[in-house]
Amino acid sequence: MTGTLLCILSAVFFPGIILRVKSIASGRKGPGILQPWWNILLLCRKTGVISTTTSFIYRLAPAVYLATVIIAMLLMPFPGCRSLIGFEGDFILFAYLLALGRFLFILAALDTGSSFEGMGANREALYSMLTEPAFFILFGILALFSGQLSMQEIFTGSGLSSGVAAFTGIVAIYLLVQIAMIENSRMPVDDPKTHLELTMVHEVMILDYSGFDLALIQTATNLKFVLFGGLIANFIMPAASALIGPEAGTGMLFAANVMVFLLVQVVFASAAGIMESFRARKKMAKNPQFIVTLSTIALLAFIFILLFTLNLIR
Amino acid sequence: MAQYYIPAAVLLSFLILVVPSKARYGYTLLLNLFIAAFTSVPSVAQIAACIPGAAGIAVRLPDPFILSFSGILGELHFTIDPLSAFFILVTNFTVLTGLLYSRGYLAHYRDTKNPAQFALHYFSYTWLYLSMLAVLSLREGTAFLIAWELMAVSSFMLILFEAEKRATLKTAVNYLVQMHVGFLLILLALVITEAATGSMSFDALPAYFAAHRHTGLFFLFFAGFAIKAGFIPFHTWLPEAHPAAPSHVSGVMSGVMIKMGIYGIIRVLLAVKFDLFLTGWCILVFSAISGLLGVMLAITQHDLKKLLAYHSIENIGIIGMGIGLGAIGLGSDNPLLALLGFSGALLHVLNHSLFKSLLFYTAGSVYQACGTRDIDSLGGLIRKMPRTAGLFLTGAAAISGLPPLNGFISEFLIFLGFFKGLNGGSVYQSLTMLLAIVSLALIGGLAVFCFTKAFGVVFLGNPRRDFDHPVTEAGTSMLFPQYLVAGMIFLIGFMPLLFLHPLLNMVSAVFGLPEVPSVAAFTGIFKNISIFGIILVLLVAVILEVRRRLSVSRSPGYGPTWGCGSADLNAKQQYTGTSWAAGFIELGQPVLQNKKEFGGFSEEEIFPGRKYFSIHPNDIFTTLLGRLNSGAMALLKYLARLQTGNIRHYILYAFVFIILILALLYLKVL
Repeated sequence: MTGTLLCILSAVFFPGIILRVKSIASGRKGPGILQPWWNILLLCRKTGVISTTTSFIYRLAPAVYLATVIIAMLLMPFPGCRSLIGFEGDFILFAYLLALGRFLFILAALDTGSSFEGMGANREALYSMLTEPAFFILFGILALFSGQLSMQEIFTGSGLSSGVAAFTGIVAIYLLVQIAMIENSRMPVDDPKTHLELTMVHEVMILDYSGFDLALIQTATNLKFVLFGGLIANFIMPAASALIGPEAGTGMLFAANVMVFLLVQVVFASAAGIMESFRARKKMAKNPQFIVTLSTIALLAFIFILLFTLNLIR
Repeated sequence: MAQYYIPAAVLLSFLILVVPSKARYGYTLLLNLFIAAFTSVPSVAQIAACIPGAAGIAVRLPDPFILSFSGILGELHFTIDPLSAFFILVTNFTVLTGLLYSRGYLAHYRDTKNPAQFALHYFSYTWLYLSMLAVLSLREGTAFLIAWELMAVSSFMLILFEAEKRATLKTAVNYLVQMHVGFLLILLALVITEAATGSMSFDALPAYFAAHRHTGLFFLFFAGFAIKAGFIPFHTWLPEAHPAAPSHVSGVMSGVMIKMGIYGIIRVLLAVKFDLFLTGWCILVFSAISGLLGVMLAITQHDLKKLLAYHSIENIGIIGMGIGLGAIGLGSDNPLLALLGFSGALLHVLNHSLFKSLLFYTAGSVYQACGTRDIDSLGGLIRKMPRTAGLFLTGAAAISGLPPLNGFISEFLIFLGFFKGLNGGSVYQSLTMLLAIVSLALIGGLAVFCFTKAFGVVFLGNPRRDFDHPVTEAGTSMLFPQYLVAGMIFLIGFMPLLFLHPLLNMVSAVFGLPEVPSVAAFTGIFKNISIFGIILVLLVAVILEVRRRLSVSRSPGYGPTWGCGSADLNAKQQYTGTSWAAGFIELGQPVLQNKKEFGGFSEEEIFPGRKYFSIHPNDIFTTLLGRLNSGAMALLKYLARLQTGNIRHYILYAFVFIILILALLYLKVL
């Protein structure tokens, strides 16, 4: 429960921080931290325009997209507290819930009958298909290392306590950051600020949406970013608890964990902003290569940890 | 009383050929309902008997239900144990929905086909049903093989419904030939069993495997059954035969008939008690390749039903991965893996029979409404056929393994098993499990990619072609059975425990798993998954309600799709199935070997003329089989030289033959 609430809390400032960091990096002052949410509120009050080509899929997709992200958020673990609903294999549900949202979203783009939106949808489908193995290998690594299968216990069991654990943690964080960037259609594979439809992925898919529907999509996109930030925070929190030591009371530990969680989200948002400011988007044709490389890195890390856990190397 | 049902059903089936054509459909339906009723009762009883009544009572295998009678084939024993019972129930449901659907589907042929052809069709349909039930309940070799053969012949007759098309005829013959290769392999395996144990029966297999400690025989059986099931590389008949058959037949063939191969594999596997780790590993590798290649080939298809047919191969792969996992679990003394693997596989058998038949029925409705199955010439059907579109979407989401539908539940079980197997203690097991996880994740992702193409291009956007006849929604008689199937899909998705509770107990009983991986352990997990499904629906409902309230005060405007500055978008500019797959085909080209035809531009062409581009889906195994065939034909041509047609030559051959035999006898070779 705590994890879910903290995610919602961080979502309030997360998109604002990215915007602000990007503004500062490009020498502007930038809008207030809450500006993205004001924009969304503004959208809610606007009347939309709906394409006459579309069907019920187009109207259903934003609602399902948002709902899947919110429900995935219910699975967010937090050390010391039980997640709202956690069970063995909950990360499989996590991945497939996001896939469900994406599935309908891709269909909604095709529903408009626009070739541009078809193109975006096609790219999204291809990239997310290639990302899926990386996510599952990552959880394979964690399951192997911790011997647990629910997100709550996986993270409690991994931590950054020993050398190998630190290695696992670093690989996992690297992979999660990259997966988060791909899932949210951010910099190395997609540029949310590009002005040419031909070079867009996510933005071109939502080209026809307006008003309340667009507000739903933007809310979901913001929440999705925080979702991955929350997972990253879960790697660092056990280490922070270990640093404070078990002699500190539970209240103290809890407070420290909350601080770490929010801090990680802030750092993640700033890092995303900095990455977007100083990094160029890859060529579209090179994107699949880049994404497959992630799976390969994950596979190598898996083999290393496998050899270690079997005491074949020390 | 019960022993008269089977002969009665056989005799009554012949009446289909003679009843008046107006009453024929009703009569067939009644007969099939009768067969379904009397086979379902003992089947349900068998599965129910596996569920322990109270806590603490060990799961045990109930005594099988046996009907025996003697006939021209000698003593026949129809045996229903929990494993056959499960497959019988799956068969019953799909065969009945197929028959309900067939009424509306075949109505389109009323003008072109004569009553005798309909009679033969319904007769073959009933016989396909009867022979599948016989395959599932006969253990004795000869009787089993006869049932197996009847199944091949009756489905051959069903594929031939549109025999006036040359391609259909060729496909059907190809199917029949390949089925007989499978038949030969199973016959060979059963003969080996008889030679070793004196009994040509599946019941003799435990004795055989106890005496011969190697699994060669298992793989002989596996190859034979794999041809029916459609494992790659034994699949080449499948993507041809499914599209050629009428849609209700494709639904039944893909939904249940190919599962007879799966049944056979599990039946033989039950007798193997050693080397299970390696056996499971081999099955797993075969299945992962089938799954991946199946879905990759599906993406490249232009024909809607062919695309679905390749998805059957993919799903057979997923089922096989479950079986492989189960065998590895048995082999490494990990009953938990065995439970998860086998119950995942069996649940996927049920799930696939549901969503695949639903998809074939909807594809059939599209074919009847538009007269084409070419994905690239369809489009925008959701406005003309909204119900069919909704049903296709249900099937597409379910087959892609998306929650909260049934496909997710079975894939989740298999996934969970692989993750549980990661900490197996050996490098090989852990790596195998991880690669299996990667394959399953990729299969899931590719399925989403494929079905966004299938649904998006066929049903969404603008129509790509004008048809000279109005496109209308399928009739109620076609929609009703589809609603039934969709209802089951939702039921399993939202209330998985209703099905999993008996299934898990049944699997523990059949495979003799100890109580340790208690079924109750999974209750919590699936309760949570149910809750998630319900929350999802509620949340979507709430959001849509808010949206509706808002749009009451500020009603949205309507306009054309935003064309990025261009005023008139035309339907031809939309993404087609071919362009959707193009990016993927480029990545998969080393495996797919698709053929592109494109003239290209020469340098002198300042104003290029009309250009033509086409890309042909290619299945390398069909090409390989074709090469093998032409090689064999060349060899046979040599042999054909002996056939001179001259009687004196034949007498010479007979003389040479006798001399040869005598010589061999003299040399004591014979």
